[in-house]
Amino acid sequence: MKKLVKDPFNLIIAGVGGQGNVTLAQLIADAIFRRGYSVIVNDTFGASQRGGSVVSHLRIAEEIDYCGPLIPKGQADFILGMEPLETLRAMGLYANPETKVLVNPRPIFPPTCISGEDTYPDVNHIITNIKRHCGKIWVVRASDEAIKIGTPLYANVILLGAAVGTGVLPVNRGDFAKIFREKFADTLIYAANMRALDIGIKLIHTASLR
Amino acid sequence: MVRIDVNTPGRECLLLGNEAIARGALEAGVGFVSGYPGTPSSEVIPTIAQVAKRNRIHVEWAANEKVALEAVIGASLAGIRSMAVMKQNGLNVALDFLAVMNQTGINAGAVLLVADDPGPLSSNNEEDTRVVAKWIGFPLLEPCCAQEAKEMTRWAFDVSQHSGLVCMVRTTNRIGHTRAKVTLGEIPSAAGKAYFGDINNIYEPTRGKHLTVGGPLSFQPIRISRFQKAKEILANLQGTFNWYIGPENPKLLIVTSGVSYFYSKEALRLLGLEKEAGLLKLGTLWPMPEELVERHILVAKEVLFVEESEPFLEDNVLGQIARLSKEHHDIAFYGKRSGHVRPYGDNSVELVVDVLLRITGGYYEPRPKEYGFRIEKLAREAPARSWEFCPGCPYRPFFWAMNTALRLDGRNGFATGDVGCYQLGGFNAGYYQVRTQYAMGSGPGIACGFGNLTEHGFDQPVLSLIGDSTFFHAGFPALASSIWNKANFTFIVMDNSTTAMTGHQPHPGSPVTAMGDPTRPLNIEDICRAMGCRVEVIDPFDIKGTIDILLDLISTDGVKVLIVRRECELLRAKRENKAPFKMHVEAAKCVGEECGCVRLCTRLFHCPGLIWDKQAKKARIDDAICTGCGVCADVCQQGAIIRSAD
Repeated sequence: MKKLVKDPFNLIIAGVGGQGNVTLAQLIADAIFRRGYSVIVNDTFGASQRGGSVVSHLRIAEEIDYCGPLIPKGQADFILGMEPLETLRAMGLYANPETKVLVNPRPIFPPTCISGEDTYPDVNHIITNIKRHCGKIWVVRASDEAIKIGTPLYANVILLGAAVGTGVLPVNRGDFAKIFREKFADTLIYAANMRALDIGIKLIHTASLR
Repeated sequence: MVRIDVNTPGRECLLLGNEAIARGALEAGVGFVSGYPGTPSSEVIPTIAQVAKRNRIHVEWAANEKVALEAVIGASLAGIRSMAVMKQNGLNVALDFLAVMNQTGINAGAVLLVADDPGPLSSNNEEDTRVVAKWIGFPLLEPCCAQEAKEMTRWAFDVSQHSGLVCMVRTTNRIGHTRAKVTLGEIPSAAGKAYFGDINNIYEPTRGKHLTVGGPLSFQPIRISRFQKAKEILANLQGTFNWYIGPENPKLLIVTSGVSYFYSKEALRLLGLEKEAGLLKLGTLWPMPEELVERHILVAKEVLFVEESEPFLEDNVLGQIARLSKEHHDIAFYGKRSGHVRPYGDNSVELVVDVLLRITGGYYEPRPKEYGFRIEKLAREAPARSWEFCPGCPYRPFFWAMNTALRLDGRNGFATGDVGCYQLGGFNAGYYQVRTQYAMGSGPGIACGFGNLTEHGFDQPVLSLIGDSTFFHAGFPALASSIWNKANFTFIVMDNSTTAMTGHQPHPGSPVTAMGDPTRPLNIEDICRAMGCRVEVIDPFDIKGTIDILLDLISTDGVKVLIVRRECELLRAKRENKAPFKMHVEAAKCVGEECGCVRLCTRLFHCPGLIWDKQAKKARIDDAICTGCGVCADVCQQGAIIRSAD
């Protein structure tokens, strides 16, 4: 079992209900658990599915005997941002100057922004603000790539691939190939998911870095 | 036998405790009373019912105590003083609603009369309901005799009205069923017109002063401040319901309430101990009169608690004394009562860190201060993300149709909400249509109150909402109660063929059980028709048809059921695995901001799959979100939104 860069390693996944945040958290937790680490995952279920904010907390450690399910304020090591506004919101609570951030810049407009009661900030400004307040940023157009291969639903697997590509987590492509093999009896679905994973891994090499 | 509503202040008569309570309610100007029979409370309602018509009071038996309390709070929200009457077990039944409703409180004074049965003398269990007032957090009064029962009941309406919380009066069998002398007070003239005006909504806080949507953390400070107000009201009351008799420095102090006060008083007399023992009689039990208690406890050497039937006073007094400053003992207690831990909400590591820092001194910074200020400011400025119906949800066009119908009607009609996906109707998602929201079944339950205020001049159309699963869970008593009590409202069943919010579990209307076995589903129309009311069924995707049927129903008297039926979009999508239509906006036909209502589709209808392109100044389908249900094509008045077969 490889030694963690930090113990516990705190991962936040921030997104909007319906994006597959909880699924993503479970996949990552599964892979890490199989590697022999201790993992605690806390998801938001229920009402937040209906377009509300969803934040998952993952605590990864070699031996967790003093960690609760929630990451303390300012203690996130890695934030997987499935949506730019939610990434900023999560950073408000959990980020510190060293936090690494992987963000999908595709906005999902809250109903009050669609109706005009509120204004969605310029996405470029959001990305700039994220950049200014983190240790390292990767911008990965996961939703755009997912639509290219047929459906926006693959955005979370593409993001997963990107997370693998950063090397920040103690997991690799093979870990997820194994999990997908077990999860998907249908070879076509398995292949589609692996394709999305690989797109994500590849995107890291072309993502903007600091 | 004197008529209970005789308006001769000062007259003395012999009344049962329960009759005295009825009189107290009359003297407070009560306008709506509901309950369910239960010993030892049953006499209160028939006593008021006898004089109800000539005093313009609506009195009813409800199908059960939960519906009774819901109806009562509905009346209170409409500005009519109201009272719910039940026995100890009835409070258990009403608890789900009470727990949620207390978060946002009441409008006109609302009294909860609960009669416990120590012994038990005529119940299947013994129960001390006083803990509920402490647990949920509202004022509690306990009378010691019939006269005090009348006074307390009358005063409870004022406590309730001025604090914004329900006020509980707790009696026992020996209080309610004992006949004794009562001096009558004055009965005021009848209440004004009942009206449910603009109320607060968590996403429109400027709309009014009154919150009625339960749940979020943001309401807790309001609840706390109302309880604080109740504390002040009770503290300003000098000597009326709490008093001490006995020597200045008693060797033994008895702390007591209710009928036990007289038991203790008489016992001391029989033993000749009146000069040595003191008697602290409490009537306002929660919040506890801490100053008075402390003053008397601290000069006593021995303290005896005499009460029925749980150690409620005992535990609270002991807790209070333990918390006293370190002058009295060597231990400092910190927690919620001391004000160190936030009195509501879930905990976190940082919460415990903050408390420990307060107690031990010291300093801790999870991240550089300056960084923290900047990132928190950025996060605060991010637009809030309210809940929203899923793209393709059948409830979106329903609320659109209901909004239209109610505005066309023009009598300021509204919907009462329940628990399920459709409760999002209280937010921007449903155009703020749902004006109340509490527990399972409370939609039609509260409508039982709004729907029976004709004698108080109420004329707003009321539509209660309840889901298909919730209908089987909690809808039957409210439906039966409202039909039998001749209420006026439209009982809407939001039928999306599943228990959606919690993950699409089956319910008694489903053809398959939890284990996947086929079974005979129960039919909602048949059940409603069997109860004896008109039943209509509509597909919410037929927006015009929905508007028409709603206009018809809100102009009809009585209880009418409308089943709004279309399958949950998430279920349909999973099963069919393809979109019904491919949607796109013909930019040439879109008139942008010149559209009649300044962007009717995005500004007013606002499905997340339909967005506003600021650069092009045209509406556009968001392909990442749209599920192709096709409804928006009917919303656009220019025919600019096109649905084509996929």
